[in-house]
Amino acid sequence: MARMTMIEAIRDAMDVMMARDERVVVFGEDVGYFGGVFRCTAGLQQKYGKTRCFDTPISEAGIVGTAIGMASYGLRPCVEIQFADYMYPAYDQIVSEAARLRYRSNGEFTCPLVIRMPTGGGIFGGQTHSQSPEALFTHVAGLKTVVPSNPYDAKGLLISAIEDPDPVIFLEPKRLYNGPFDGHHDRPITPWSKHELGEVPSGHFVLPLGKASVVRTGSAVTVLAYGTMVYVAQAAATETGIDAEIIDLRTLIPLDLETIAASVRKTGRCVVVHEATLTSGFGAELAALVQESCFFHLEAPITRVTGWDTPYPHAQEWDYFPGPARVGRALVETVEA
Amino acid sequence: MSSQELRKVMSEPEPLSLHVPEPAVRPGGNPDFSNVKIPRAGAVPRPEIDVDPETIRELAFSIIRVLNRNGEAVGPWAGLLSDEELIEGMRHMMTLRTFDARMLIAQRQGKTSFYMQHLGEEAISCAFRKALSPGDMNFPTYRQAGLLIAGGYSMVDMMCQVYSNSRDPLKGRQLPVMYASKEHGFFTISGNLATQYVQAVGWAMASAISKDTKIAAAWIGDGSTAESDFHAALVFASTYKAPVVLNIVNNQWAISTFQGIARGGSGTFAARGLGFGIPSLRVDGNDYLAVHAAAKWAIERARRNLGPTLIEYVTYRVGAHSTSDDPSAYRPKTESDAWPLGDPIIRLKNHLIVKGVWSEERHKQTEAEILDTVIAAQKEAESYGTLHAGGKPSARDMFDRVYAEMPPHLRRQRQQAGV
Repeated sequence: MARMTMIEAIRDAMDVMMARDERVVVFGEDVGYFGGVFRCTAGLQQKYGKTRCFDTPISEAGIVGTAIGMASYGLRPCVEIQFADYMYPAYDQIVSEAARLRYRSNGEFTCPLVIRMPTGGGIFGGQTHSQSPEALFTHVAGLKTVVPSNPYDAKGLLISAIEDPDPVIFLEPKRLYNGPFDGHHDRPITPWSKHELGEVPSGHFVLPLGKASVVRTGSAVTVLAYGTMVYVAQAAATETGIDAEIIDLRTLIPLDLETIAASVRKTGRCVVVHEATLTSGFGAELAALVQESCFFHLEAPITRVTGWDTPYPHAQEWDYFPGPARVGRALVETVEA
Repeated sequence: MSSQELRKVMSEPEPLSLHVPEPAVRPGGNPDFSNVKIPRAGAVPRPEIDVDPETIRELAFSIIRVLNRNGEAVGPWAGLLSDEELIEGMRHMMTLRTFDARMLIAQRQGKTSFYMQHLGEEAISCAFRKALSPGDMNFPTYRQAGLLIAGGYSMVDMMCQVYSNSRDPLKGRQLPVMYASKEHGFFTISGNLATQYVQAVGWAMASAISKDTKIAAAWIGDGSTAESDFHAALVFASTYKAPVVLNIVNNQWAISTFQGIARGGSGTFAARGLGFGIPSLRVDGNDYLAVHAAAKWAIERARRNLGPTLIEYVTYRVGAHSTSDDPSAYRPKTESDAWPLGDPIIRLKNHLIVKGVWSEERHKQTEAEILDTVIAAQKEAESYGTLHAGGKPSARDMFDRVYAEMPPHLRRQRQQAGV
């Protein structure tokens, strides 16, 4: 075991896989010599050479398109899109190509590919460095979507993603790279070195895709969260004193509905939180699934706490970000409903 | 090679290997720009504006330069600007540099989240702006604020945008430096790369459809020419002969990635235009006179319905990509000192001194006077607040202008937010 930030854990996962499997290649904008703008690939080029870790032209369509070609050849590309907000030029390649190679060729061609992207807000990045586009991926048949919330999960899930036979979108909440963040932006940052989930096993270890984690047990209400909102939800539960059970989904597709349903059947209430905009967000899918599988156990309407349906603003970051006060209010309302 | 060896090669190919380009020098090495071929000033001919593009292909591989080492303006691209206009250009570049220096300090003081400076690239946007006419539209990137400075846009408004304060014309919605002003021919900056290059072509096509006389200017960096939108822009501009100037600012570095990664096997970025039949110029981006002359030529072609021109400005990004970047991690610290095209302000200063209309003393006085003006603007802007202190845009502003008319679902959300 070693103490790691989320950046180090992600790098370590790629390092472990590049050492074990020479089919694993890593590339993207500023990823090679410099090691990525968030330093997630630092040192990999020196260690594995320029043909296994390299800089690309600024072309997200090019990065994903070539990665699909490599994956179909038999390599295991793990590519980086510098910010999730920059993935749109690659969207056609992701949706029409990566997601469908297996299906449309009846398994003749496959696409074992990981696309990593920093996601989410909390860094005053404005509309082009703050978005949470997970629902644009979960809506697409053929893609898996992973959102880790701590170094331990990040490493185990990224190794699983690289070993997965299908394309995986790996969204890294950038506000969590250096420490957990509960939405209290005016308080000092807690580094991962002071958090138990900053303790990461060395070498090869996997966490299966599709397994949620109950991060806080409780009986009054179930909170479904992922990424940064896992910590916001914990702060909200502590501050309101509500006996909330908080589930970190970790993987959106495939989704661990079993763990979710078991919890909601126990608590009878459910609050869904995410940073992404409300309308047609992944929360809508969760709410629908919960009512389908737990309707007769529900004692209150399912509530969603999300980013507003506006582009992500710069100055009004904390008015936009669904912080602990908003989540706390939803917990109180749901428990009292 | 013996015939036996040859047969072996023919029948059993050697394993392939992947080519990954590398810059000439990395940190710790000695800066080396010997690969940048610099023709002497005045050497490149100035064609007629209705020239057949096929006959000027070599202009995409040379560099149009006006100012020589002695500070003289020479050759067929010289002589377009009066002394007064040159002094005005000097003041614009100095103002932009001072503005940048003050905003960089303000960012470090925590008065805003982020900033991007122009150091070394001031001539390009400042000189280009002077070749445009009112009503023309730029689709800029984040490093063309000289278009605003040289166009007379209010520095206080610019700073209020940078500070996201109560007087921010964009209501705090955008990252610092992502200005927008229709009146000043400055399209709203996206922040995503290359997306607006093709929009400039569309704007220009609209001007032609509408039988207007306005032209558009597209802007992109060397790195972003790799995006598909760049290539879409070139094909549309070429097909419809859109009245647009397609500018590429080649400042050698796309964050940590040297220009060779985006350029690939092509000799120059200007050469990208040739395959589309677009007249393509390559210009000394640190030479105010050369930038202005090339811009004027291209703008004139567009205005006379002769179609698009592509211009590559050869320059160097002296500063960091942004306040989030540290270039010492990927290039030698002294690389900017070795850049063979010098500094645009010093070069124009030397020219003005040679012409006898400027002096070191006057330069210093002007510097001090500009600093006073910029500081006064900054004081005023800060009186309206900075990112984390004083006046700021309201949370209500966040919900406005998503649509022309606020739909019911957003109205409900605004009520929920209690603003």
